[in-house]
Formats: sequence, structure tokens, C-alpha cells
Amino acid sequence: MNCFVGIDLGSTITKAVILDEAGEVLGRGITNSRSNYDLAAEVARTEAFVTARFGLLRKEVEKAAGGAMLDRLLRAFRTEQTLVQLDRLQHHIDAEVVSTVAGPLQQPVTEVIDEIFRRLRQEEEDWFAGRTEGTRSDFFRDHVGSGWARLSEELGPPVDVSFDLLLSLYDKCIIKVENEPLELGFQDHIDAALARIGDVEGVDAVRLGVERARDAELVEVATIGTGYGRARLPFAKEQIRSEILCHGLGAHRMFPNTRTVLDIGGQDTKAIQVDGRGIVTSFQMNDRCAAGCGRYLGYIADEMNIGLHELGPLAQRSSRRVKINSTCTVFAGAELRERLSLGEQREDILAGLHRAVILRAMSLLARSGGVDDEFTFTGGVARNPAAVAALEELVAENYGDRTLNISPSSIYTGALGAAIFAMRAAEEGRGVAGTGTRQEA
Amino acid sequence: MAPTTKEEVKVQKDRSMILQKEMIAGHFERLEKAPETGEKVVYTFVPGNLTELIRSFGALPLLPEINALQSGMRGKSKGYIAEAERNGHSEDVCTYVKCDIGMLRSGNIGPTGTRLPKPDLLLLSYTGCYTFMKWFELLREEYDCPTVFLHVPYQGDGTLLPEHRAYVVKQLRETIIPALEQVTGRPYDEDLLRENLARSAQAEDDLVAVLHSAKNRPSPIDSYFGGVYYVGPIFSAFRGTPEGVDYYRALRQEVEARVAAKQGPLTPVGRLDDQKYRLVVEGPPNWTSFREFWKMFAEEGAVVVASTYTKVGGTYDFGFRHDPSDPLGTLADYCGGCYTNHNLPGRIEMLERYVKEYEADGFIINSVKSCNSFSAGQLMILREVERRTGIPGGFVESDLVDPRYFSAANIKNRLESYLQMIEARRAGGATSSEALGRLA
Repeated sequence: MNCFVGIDLGSTITKAVILDEAGEVLGRGITNSRSNYDLAAEVARTEAFVTARFGLLRKEVEKAAGGAMLDRLLRAFRTEQTLVQLDRLQHHIDAEVVSTVAGPLQQPVTEVIDEIFRRLRQEEEDWFAGRTEGTRSDFFRDHVGSGWARLSEELGPPVDVSFDLLLSLYDKCIIKVENEPLELGFQDHIDAALARIGDVEGVDAVRLGVERARDAELVEVATIGTGYGRARLPFAKEQIRSEILCHGLGAHRMFPNTRTVLDIGGQDTKAIQVDGRGIVTSFQMNDRCAAGCGRYLGYIADEMNIGLHELGPLAQRSSRRVKINSTCTVFAGAELRERLSLGEQREDILAGLHRAVILRAMSLLARSGGVDDEFTFTGGVARNPAAVAALEELVAENYGDRTLNISPSSIYTGALGAAIFAMRAAEEGRGVAGTGTRQEA
Repeated sequence: MAPTTKEEVKVQKDRSMILQKEMIAGHFERLEKAPETGEKVVYTFVPGNLTELIRSFGALPLLPEINALQSGMRGKSKGYIAEAERNGHSEDVCTYVKCDIGMLRSGNIGPTGTRLPKPDLLLLSYTGCYTFMKWFELLREEYDCPTVFLHVPYQGDGTLLPEHRAYVVKQLRETIIPALEQVTGRPYDEDLLRENLARSAQAEDDLVAVLHSAKNRPSPIDSYFGGVYYVGPIFSAFRGTPEGVDYYRALRQEVEARVAAKQGPLTPVGRLDDQKYRLVVEGPPNWTSFREFWKMFAEEGAVVVASTYTKVGGTYDFGFRHDPSDPLGTLADYCGGCYTNHNLPGRIEMLERYVKEYEADGFIINSVKSCNSFSAGQLMILREVERRTGIPGGFVESDLVDPRYFSAANIKNRLESYLQMIEARRAGGATSSEALGRLA
């Protein structure tokens, strides 16, 4: 099957989308961005092919084997991927201890590290077995990182191994793991994943499906990449499209009546106008300063010691919004503490902060030509209910009734647009494939 | 930033650029020696400059904003601006001013490395930029020299009326000329002024031929990045001089040869024959990353066919020529017609004409952070030009000479997005009115 790949190398997250010949989404992949852009793009692409093959598998055997069985297989697959990365992390940390930790300290440090890894592996097994509560980050760096910090604090100090030393070992070595090519594809772990779920009833149907999914020929005919602010992108020049155009087209694909797009990402905000075919007619974006972007909310969450996803719901409890003037991330902490010391409620301050973020976006929207119907909101901040509520309110005040679209997969908007560009380029016979290769499972 | 390759280091230059460099170097040497030779020095600004008149008194013009932009191009503005800020000038003040003040405080070594002389006269020809007035107030504090002010009425209604003209002529006669007489010790010589003005008109003819050459495909010139070099002599010290005449004759020949050979202009990536986009640009360039900025255009195959910035020192391409038969009247017309003295509708009309007459694919505004004079109203200009031409406009932001305000990644992203947008519209066959209807 021919397929078309779009990759969006964002400031914090890299996304990939694969389309099939009919233009339907076949797979999506996501990873945290890192200094090695080629690898970030490659990991996202590999992930997208993993989900594509799981998608094929699901189509094949969902009826016969049931969704729960497939969910379990995917979980097993994720666990196998994590264990491989844990092995690599331990390899690098062991080497780091030998080369940097003073002789007499090496033994206690190694003992603590061995214990941390033993427990991390156990936690992974618990997660697979469904014994862990809550959700976990999609990114190895984040979910292992939080476990590492917790276990280091618990296990290090009692045996006089400093917490800071353990943390610095992790910080150094996680970068090495992220920047080395690892085998994380479908073929690499699907057999182990199958073995992991064991000989339960219905597994034969799954096995058969796995064989078909493994053998499915996925030929990457064309790839288009996008990404902002990079000195270089890991794509050939003819394979690059502007992020603005990709977002416009992606939003059009998700909601065909879209005329205005607002994207608030980690470090930039974009206001885009598109025509009936998804072609950009005007755009504005923040310039030198990233005030009021997603990172601002991230910083506020850190200051308040709460999760980013908790910010919006907390702000929504406000009954008396505080007026916040500055969206400067650097000043945010001070302003927050000052307001708290004046006796303001956290939820009221947060409500004000969310409104301030959206006010900045409103200015960009106005400069780009206003808010037309329909209006599509994308980017990480679109997942924040308080930001959405503030946007709805301000759009209604300034432009009247508008249909507001938010897709649950809005984070993939840019990658989706890039994949459509890849498909079009292939249709026009323009050589943007680079690979044209069959993707090994 | 992309790694610099050896090829880029070897900057290619046109013969006219080398000629200009020599002219400028010679002028600065003469300025440096002025205290010994006794030549008088008049500080004045580009828009509304009275070079022919100044020269007719044997005095030498010195243009502080040219020094500032040259300092920006030579990587010196950052330090000068910091120096001015240490002396209490705010971050939001025009960076030309701060660059000049900082240069002054740092020993007053000019862009070519020579020491700049003190002014014998500060001659402010006011043509729409209020900051120029404040700038000379600051310089007057420093130098304690005579200062004269020519008030040119703003073209609020889009034209210079006869009474405006008479008002300017009266000031020239009663204020400016007596001041020049006093400072130089020479009487006003109208014949000499006429000779200078005749030479101006000759050079202006050649300059206009060069500017109009961009109507060719490929365009033999870049009318913004290349354009600032082309207008250099005529906007600064060389209007009405024999060297100025020679320069523009040589430049015109050079450009006409390129037209005949169907060649594009030299750019930081070599000669640009394959021109994918013809653009019009509004606003001053960024000087601190001038070549990098230009390269972003050239790498995408974008050539600028017309720009408004190259009209700040005179709008010759719309027909104005200095007229030796009416020496003071023509100076009044000149001052009133500078781009900085045009109102918003006038600027819109000019951009509209450029887009249409030069068959541009798009137009871009480079909005300068520290220049309110230029930047105020630019988004309105953008929308209105879009409406009239049916072509979407692009918007980038930078600054004159403060390197802190040139965000290369951001500008490149916007520019590339804009050009790809034009490309997508071409491919999609977008009818401009449909796509832009909502903006009306």
C-alpha cells in the first residue's frame, strides 16, 4: 500500500501522520523533540508506522479477538519498548558512574542505581498488569524521569548517596538514550509482546492478524516535513513546507468549513486565515517574544506545583476573575506570588491568566484579518478548558456567533497538513519521496 | 544560523558598488580633514536634504542616519546603542538616534574609520519625521552650534499646495540661506545652485531608468536590497555633484547591459536570474543583518521590483526632477514630495501602483520596531493594498540598527510561509477576490 508521511518538528513535540492511498489517516506518532532532529523525526515516523500496523491489525481481528485483547497487546508492546530503553539507560548510567564517580563511592552508587532500575522494571510490569493508577506520559523521558526522581530521593540519602548526583546522572544519560537510534519498530517487539500476553483464549486470531499486519506492504511514497525555528530541518529543501501552510491545510482537512485557525503551541501562537480549499490567505504570528504561549501556562503550573492539565479545571472554578496585565513568562512567577500574598484566590488568578493568554491571541487574530466562521483552535492550549472558555467569550464579544472547532487530535494538525502536501506532491509527480522505500515492519 | 560556506564569504560586487565605495571613502576623508582645510560641515538628514544648496556654499553635508545605518551594517551599532542607553536613552527610542549618540560618545569615529568633524551648522529640513527634530535638539546640546529649521508642511491632503510651496521658499530665502551665508562666509550664488540642480536632474533621469528597469523579466535589479545602494549617492552627499552624475551614468549602463543580457541582479547567493517571485516591499530594511535578510529572499528566488524605502530621499520615479529654472521652488517641491512626507492614502496609492505597474506577485511590509513614523498604520496599509490589488500581503518585523530585534528564525519562517502561500495560490488558481473578499 502506498502511503504519505507528514512530520511536524515542533519546539517541544515532534508529530508524524501517515495517510493511505485514499487520504485516510493510517497512523500517528508522537515523541518529545530533542537536539538530534533527524532522530526526533525518525522516532515519530517509526511510531506512526507502529500505530499504522496496529490499526491494520485492529481492522483485521477486532471482531474475532475483541478490543480488550488488542489493547492488552498494545500495552505489552509499549512495555517491551520501555524495557529496551531502560536497558540502554542503565548501560549509559553504569558507564557514567565508572568514568565520573570517585572510586570509594562507586560501589554504593552502583547499588542504589541497580535497585532503582530493578524497581523501575517492576513498575513497568505493574503498569502492564494494570496495577498502576492514573495515566502516564507518552514520553519515556517524562514517565521514567518522574520515577527516577522519586526513587532517588527514597533510596539515595539513607545510604549517603546524594540525590543531586543521581539526578545529574539521569539528566546526562537520558540525553544519550534519546539521541541514539534504538529499535522501537513493530517488528522489533511484536513477538515479545505476543509472548507477554501469553496463551489466552483468542490469541490465535491475534497471531494471524499480527502476521498480516507485519507483512502488509507500506511504501512511503512521499514525505513532507515542517517545523519552525530550526537552523536546519532533517528534510531535503523540496520536502519542506511552512508550518503555517501545513496548519491551515490540516485544519481544513479536520473541519472543511474552517476559515480562521488559531494555533497556540509551546513557543508560538499563529493566527491563520484560509480559503475554501485550505489555502492560506493571511497569517500573523508572535514575533520575538513568546509571552502568552503554552510555555507560559507550563511555567505557571510549575510555580503552583500542579500539573499542566490541572490548570484549566482549577481556573474554571473561579467566580471573580483577577485582571492580569502581563503575559511575560519571566514576570509570571512574581506576579502570581504577589497576587497570592494580596489574598487573591488561586482559581481567580488563574482565570485572569488564561484570559490574558487569549487576549494576546485575539490581537494576533485581529491583525490577521479577524475571526471568520468556522473557527478552528489547535495546539496544546486547545486542550485547556479555561483557555477555550476565555476564547469563546472573547470571540463572541468581538465577532459574534462563531462555530468553534476543536479536534481531540488537534496536536497533529500540522503533521496532517504536511501529509496531505506529501500526497499532493506525489500525485503531481514531484519527487519529494526521498525514500520510496517499503517500510520494514 | 546556517553555517557560512567559503563561497558566501567571497562577496561579489558590481562595479557601481565599488565606485560608490570609493566616493564615500573620499567624502569621509574630506570630512575628517575639514577642521584643517577649513571646509564647513553641515549636518542634515536624507529626507528633504538640501545638498545642492549646501554644496553651492562650498560646505560638506554629513548625514547622521546614513552613519547610523552604516554602523549597523558594520556591526558597530550594538555597542553604540548600549552606550546611548547607558546615557539614559530608553529602549524604545529610534535606534538610529541611539546609534548616532552612542557613536558620538565613543569618540565619533565614522563608519569608514575616520574621525567625524563637528558640525558648523545643524540644518533640519523637517519632512514628516518628528524624531529628527528631537535628534538635532540632542546634537545641539552636544555641539552648541547654530541650528536652523526648515518647516515643510506635511501632505495631509495628499498634495503640496501653492501656499505651502511659497511658505517653504520664504523660509529658504529668509532663514536657511542667511544661516549658510553666515556659517560659510560666502554669499548665496544662485548660478552655482542652478548648475548643481541641473546635474541633479541628469542623475535623477539615470536613477529612474534604473528603477524602471525592474519592469523587465528577469528584473536586472533588486529594488530594495540592491536599491538602497542605488539611491545611496543621490540620497546623501552626492546629489548635484559631478561624481554623482558619473556614478548614475555608470550604474545605468551596467543595468542596461544586464537587461540586454537578460540577467538578474547580484545577490548574496550569486546572480539571481531565475526569479520565482516578484515582490514590492514597504518599510526600511534591517541593517544589522542586511545580507542575511537579503539572502532569505534570494534563496527563495524572490526579487524586489519596487520599494517605498528607496523613495524616502525623493520620489523621482513619479516624475519629479530638480528644476534649475526655479531653484528655490524646486527645492520646496522636492522636500514636500519625499516619501516620509506622504500621508497614508498616498503611501497606499504608491504601493498599489507598484504592485500593478511592476506586475508583482506579492508585497511585504517590514515593520520597524523603533520607527513609529514608518510603522504606524502599516497594517491598515496592508489590508487596503490587498483589497485594491487582490494580492495578499506579507508582514515581517525587525528593526533598523538594533540587532536585538532581528529574529532570523522568525523572519525566515514568515517570509517562507508567505512565499509558499503565493505558490499555493498560484497552484490552486485562487481568484484573489474570492480569497480576499472577507477582508474588504
